Amino acid sequence: MTGPKKNQLSIQEVEKVAKLARLKLNEDQLELYAGQLSSILEHIAELEKLEIEGVEPMAHPIPLNNRLDDDVPGDPMPVDALLRNAPEVVDSFISVPKVLGGES
Amino acid sequence: MTRRDFRSCREIRDEIRTGKTSAVSVMQDTLERIRTFNPEINAFRETFDDEAMAEARKIDERLARGEDPGPLTGVPVGIKDNIATTEGTTTCGSKMLDGYRSPYEATVVTRLREAGAIPVGRTNCDEFAMGSSTETCVHGPVRNPWNTERVPGGSSGGSSAAVAAGLVPATLGSDTGGSIRQPAALCGCVGLKPSYGRVSRYGLVAFGSSLDQIGPLTRTVEDAAIMLDVIAGVDDHDSTSAPEPAAVVELGGGFPEGLRVGIPRQYREPGANEPAVEREVDRAIALLREAGAEIVDIDLPLTETGISTYYVIAPAEASSNLARYDGIRYGHRSTEPSGSVDELYARSRSEGFGPEVQRRVMLGTYVLSSGYYDAYYQRALKVRRLIKNEFDRAFEQCDVLLGPTAPSTAFELGAKPDPVAMYLCDIYTVNNNMAGICGISIPSGTDTEEDGLPIGLHLQAQAFDEKMLLEAAGALETLVGFECSSLEK
Repeated sequence: MTGPKKNQLSIQEVEKVAKLARLKLNEDQLELYAGQLSSILEHIAELEKLEIEGVEPMAHPIPLNNRLDDDVPGDPMPVDALLRNAPEVVDSFISVPKVLGGES
Repeated sequence: MTRRDFRSCREIRDEIRTGKTSAVSVMQDTLERIRTFNPEINAFRETFDDEAMAEARKIDERLARGEDPGPLTGVPVGIKDNIATTEGTTTCGSKMLDGYRSPYEATVVTRLREAGAIPVGRTNCDEFAMGSSTETCVHGPVRNPWNTERVPGGSSGGSSAAVAAGLVPATLGSDTGGSIRQPAALCGCVGLKPSYGRVSRYGLVAFGSSLDQIGPLTRTVEDAAIMLDVIAGVDDHDSTSAPEPAAVVELGGGFPEGLRVGIPRQYREPGANEPAVEREVDRAIALLREAGAEIVDIDLPLTETGISTYYVIAPAEASSNLARYDGIRYGHRSTEPSGSVDELYARSRSEGFGPEVQRRVMLGTYVLSSGYYDAYYQRALKVRRLIKNEFDRAFEQCDVLLGPTAPSTAFELGAKPDPVAMYLCDIYTVNNNMAGICGISIPSGTDTEEDGLPIGLHLQAQAFDEKMLLEAAGALETLVGFECSSLEK
C-alpha cells in the first residue's frame, strides 16, 4: 500500500471528529475507532459508483408540512417531575460549572 | 407450577371477557412466569408489579360493572426500553439514561391502556436501539430462548425473546433498520414494522427520526393486526404521524384472491443466505403458488447498496438526535472535575455512551461535517430516492414482496465483533425504512428438526397498505403452519 488510502481516517482525523461530537477519547480508543470507522467508510465508498446526476435528495419518506396548533394553554409538566432527572439541582435551578471565564 | 404461556392476545382477552379467567389471575401468572424464566434470557429489565396488579384489578372491576375495557382487555404487554413509560425507568439500554424517570408517557403506551392492555415491564434493547444482537445493552446481553448461547437479534431483542419464551403475548418494539423484524425472525415470532407515519413516535427516544417506527411483536398475525389497530393513528404530539385511518383487518377470510407476490432476485443471490433459509423461502413460494398466488420476478438492484446508504443517513440523524445528551438537564453527568461546560459535555458523553453509540455518533458527525457533507450525506439522500423509486416500480408489478428477513438464523453471542459484519444482518430490512413502506416478519420453520433455530419470512407492502400486508401475512402464516409453542417441548 502506497500513500494514504481514500476513505481511511487517520488518528488525527478521528480526534477532530471526536471533538466535534463532544467525545473525550484516549489513545487506545482513537486507534480502535480509526480502524473501525475506516472499514465502515471503505464499505460506504460503493456509493461513489452510482449515477445520481439530477436525482432529487430524499430526506424524509413522507411530505412534511408545518402543522400549526391552536395557541391554547395546556397542562405543563410538573417542575419536580422534570427536575428529578437533573444531575445537580440547587433550589429549582439546574447547576452547571462556570460558563464564562473558563477555558477559552 | 409456573408454566410458559403461548396463548395469543385474542385468546387471553376472550377468556377474560367471558369470565373463564380474570385479569388479576392472568397478571399474577405473568409476573410469576417472568420471575421464573426471565433470569436465563434477560428479556425484561424490570417489571411494574404493583402498578400492573392494580391495573388488572381495575379491569376486573370494569368487567364486573358490565363495561368493555377494549380489544386488549387484561392483556399483559412488554414495552421496549426506548419507549417512555411513567412507571419505572426509561434507560434505552444505556448508562447515559440510567435511572431516568420519564415525566410523560409515550402515545402508544397510553393507547394500549385505553384498549385495556396492561404494561407489565420494560424489555432490554441494544443501546439507543443501535445493534442487531442486543449485545450492546448496558444491562447485559439478551439470550435467545431457543438456544441461550445465541443472540435474540436486535435491537428489540428483549421484546422478541419475551414473546418467544412464553412470558407475555405481545411487546412493543421499534424499527429503524430492521430492529423489530430481524429479532422476530431470530426468535420465531411475528414482528410488524408499520409504514412511516402510521404510528406516533411521541415518547420514542429518537434515533433516526426519518426512519424510526414503533410496532408490535406477537405470536400471531392476527395479534399484530389487533395491536396495530390500537396504536396507529394521527397524534397531535407527532407532526409526522399520518392522518390516514388505520386499516381494519379481518383475517381468516380465506386466501386473498389474485394475490401477486414479488420475489426480488437480489434477496436470493447465490451463497447470500444459509441453505435452510433458502429452503424456507422456496417452501413458502411453493405453498403460495399452490394456493393460487401469482409469483412475479422482481428486480431491486439497490438491495445491497442499502446498507451503505443507511449507514450514512442513520448515523447522521443519530449524531444530531443524540446531541441532546450533554449531562446538563438529565442523563449521566461526569463527576470528574471539569474546568468548563464543554469539558463536562465531553466527559459525560464519553462515560455515558457505549462503543457502538460512540462509533455511530462519530460516523454521523463525520458525514455531516464541512467538506464531506456532499460526498456522503447528500449523495446518500439521492440514493435513498432511487431506492424509493425502485420499490414504487416493484409495487406496480406485485402486491407484496417476499424474501428472507435475515440471511441467517441466530448466531452465537460474540460472533460478530466487526461492526460491518453486524450491519450486514439488516441487508433485507433497511431499505424498507428508507422508503417508509411497511413490512412484517413471520416465523416459517426451523433450520434443523432437533434443537433447530427459527427462520423468518419477510413480507413488504406499499406505504399505508398494512391491510394488504397483514392479509397476505395471515394467509402465509396458515400455509407454513409454524408452531410457536414448540419451544415448550
